[in-house]
Amino acid sequence: MASKTAKTSTVPFADAPINASLTGEQKIDLLRTMVRIRRFEQTSLKYYHDGHIGGFLHLYIGQESVAVGSISLLGENDHVITAYRDHGHALAVGMGMDECMAELFGKKTGCSKGKGGSMHYFAPDKNYWGGHGIVGGQTPLGAGLAFALKYKGLKGCCLCYLGDGAINQGAFHEALNLAALWDLPVIYIIENNGYSMGTSQARSSAFPKEGLAARAEGYNMAWKKIDGVSLYEIRAGVQEAVARAHEESKPTMLEIMTYRHKGHSVADANAEKYRTKEEIQTYMNEHDPIEFWKNVLIGEGVITEEDYKAINKEAGAEAEASAAFAIKSPYPDESEIFDDIYWEVDNNTEAGRTGRHFFHG
Amino acid sequence: MPREITYREALREGLDEELARDENVCIIGEEVAQYNGAYKVTEGLWKKWGDKRVIDAPISEAGFIGMGIGASMLGIRPVMELMFYSFAYVAFDQMMNNAATCRYMSGGLTNCPIVVRGPANGGTNVGATHSHTPENIFANMPGLKVVTPSNPYDAKGLIKSAIRDNDPVYFMESTVLYGMTGLVPSNDEIEGGELIVPIGKARVSREGSDLTLLAHGRAVVTSLAAAEILGAQHGISVEVVDLRSIRPLDEETIMASVRKTHRAIYVEENKPFCGVGAQISSMIMEQAFDDLDAPVLRITSADAPAFYSPPIEKLQLPTADEIVARALTIC
Repeated sequence: MASKTAKTSTVPFADAPINASLTGEQKIDLLRTMVRIRRFEQTSLKYYHDGHIGGFLHLYIGQESVAVGSISLLGENDHVITAYRDHGHALAVGMGMDECMAELFGKKTGCSKGKGGSMHYFAPDKNYWGGHGIVGGQTPLGAGLAFALKYKGLKGCCLCYLGDGAINQGAFHEALNLAALWDLPVIYIIENNGYSMGTSQARSSAFPKEGLAARAEGYNMAWKKIDGVSLYEIRAGVQEAVARAHEESKPTMLEIMTYRHKGHSVADANAEKYRTKEEIQTYMNEHDPIEFWKNVLIGEGVITEEDYKAINKEAGAEAEASAAFAIKSPYPDESEIFDDIYWEVDNNTEAGRTGRHFFHG
Repeated sequence: MPREITYREALREGLDEELARDENVCIIGEEVAQYNGAYKVTEGLWKKWGDKRVIDAPISEAGFIGMGIGASMLGIRPVMELMFYSFAYVAFDQMMNNAATCRYMSGGLTNCPIVVRGPANGGTNVGATHSHTPENIFANMPGLKVVTPSNPYDAKGLIKSAIRDNDPVYFMESTVLYGMTGLVPSNDEIEGGELIVPIGKARVSREGSDLTLLAHGRAVVTSLAAAEILGAQHGISVEVVDLRSIRPLDEETIMASVRKTHRAIYVEENKPFCGVGAQISSMIMEQAFDDLDAPVLRITSADAPAFYSPPIEKLQLPTADEIVARALTIC
């Protein structure tokens, strides 16, 4: 629970080596990244309502600690892939607000040149492989990224995120079997926010009493359930899995308990019908990962309330600036419709010049 | 001297050479390694290349095809075998969404150099679920390439091109053709030292002046047999054009042949509705209308699921006699 008087010694997992080694500056960076994600999301919601953004917008507000805590552990051969609620992971791997916001606005300057939208952010230069729209569809790809690392003899892992609603997709179970069968260094992180869109976990999933991740037992795979409110607990839990992947080339299934403050997407009109207002309020008041971490850092004497306000203000200004950047950016040109379909065509290779590739008109 | 080898052996040679050329090439599929391949295409490759390069997958197409797509994004060049291309349907989301659209949705930041190969044919009395011909379905999707070799020479040359291609290539073979023999040159008699057939270039399999039979896959073999009959018994000079790949498509060779013969029939083992022939005949109508002396015809499999009963299933697929009969209506 968040506590305004939290002390290091009373915060679980603060003493885990991976956390004890954090400098004050690193702890502030974690806070800053979470706050930046929230302000980005709040700003995108505002511009969505103003009609600047089309289609879906799945907000990460409330879940920030999951991406920030886990991604903060990664090194040069570690990779990330996620589903459609992908803005938090994108900012956590180091993508800029400008390119991310411009993508939402459908602009040429977006990270996917306006071709992917909210659900499809990619940054391979930051080991970030999307951003995938089909529930569970990214889970075999995550196994594949891990397969590639193992094949190349690299000491790395792939963090593959999915929601609790994705655990019933067949592709996920097939990926789990392959990961365990072939000792792939993939870490499946179930971000359990309790709802697969408007259907509660109780109404959608059959699982052992220990939790969703306990299904891993069926694949002889290590698993752990983690309270997602605390970065310390997330980092301690995920680090074990990263070490297992790096040292033993073994997969892990993690279930990180979290909560989304908003609906499934902006189009989710029933977000306050399938969940009680009291439930939402309780999570916002008592399980907010940013509020929690802020209090931990104040308790540790790393920051003051004034510092936090400054971080928040700075992040808000950055988000607003990214919206301004997006607004003034041009839309893609119609001529770009046929770019980025075939690598060989884009690179004007002999293969790309051989035969007709496109058939309209 | 060119050797007479089977379609199966030609594929195997192509795979073997690519495994030797690039250590990122690996073969993954059901029974491809220790079992030596359900159709023996990969026979001996596991023994030669070992567990890392030739990998037996569980019966889990969505899982292992998706895994291959993910691995390809990081630079591995997996050649995935589907025991039947019909099983692509359980991996459809991976093949249609992930392989085909990730490049686009990432604004060109990713690509998937994966090959998914296997037999896509009916005519073997295995019932409808194992007899699908999805070349039209996959060719419908921009971002994918669909290749359909009809003979040993092309099988070898095209599989090598497919593996080197940096886009997803869906390579559709035929169990009926695996035992077909044909002349394939050995590498020492080829300039450049290896057999490469570019994807997107059709082959004029037989020259003629009165009628063009356009076809892909095993329908090319049937068309060549029909051309012989039409020539010998009816004095009709038939040109046969083997598309070799559906997408990309060698439109120029198709149109050049139609402009020469003024008559065209598309022959395929695919179903008629929205089939490959529907696309091609529409293109001929648009581009070569004034050159045509007769309507473009299409000869396809019967518009029904594959019939198990062996004598009846035979009637579902295009035959040389059917091609001859239909040709005589326009010549």
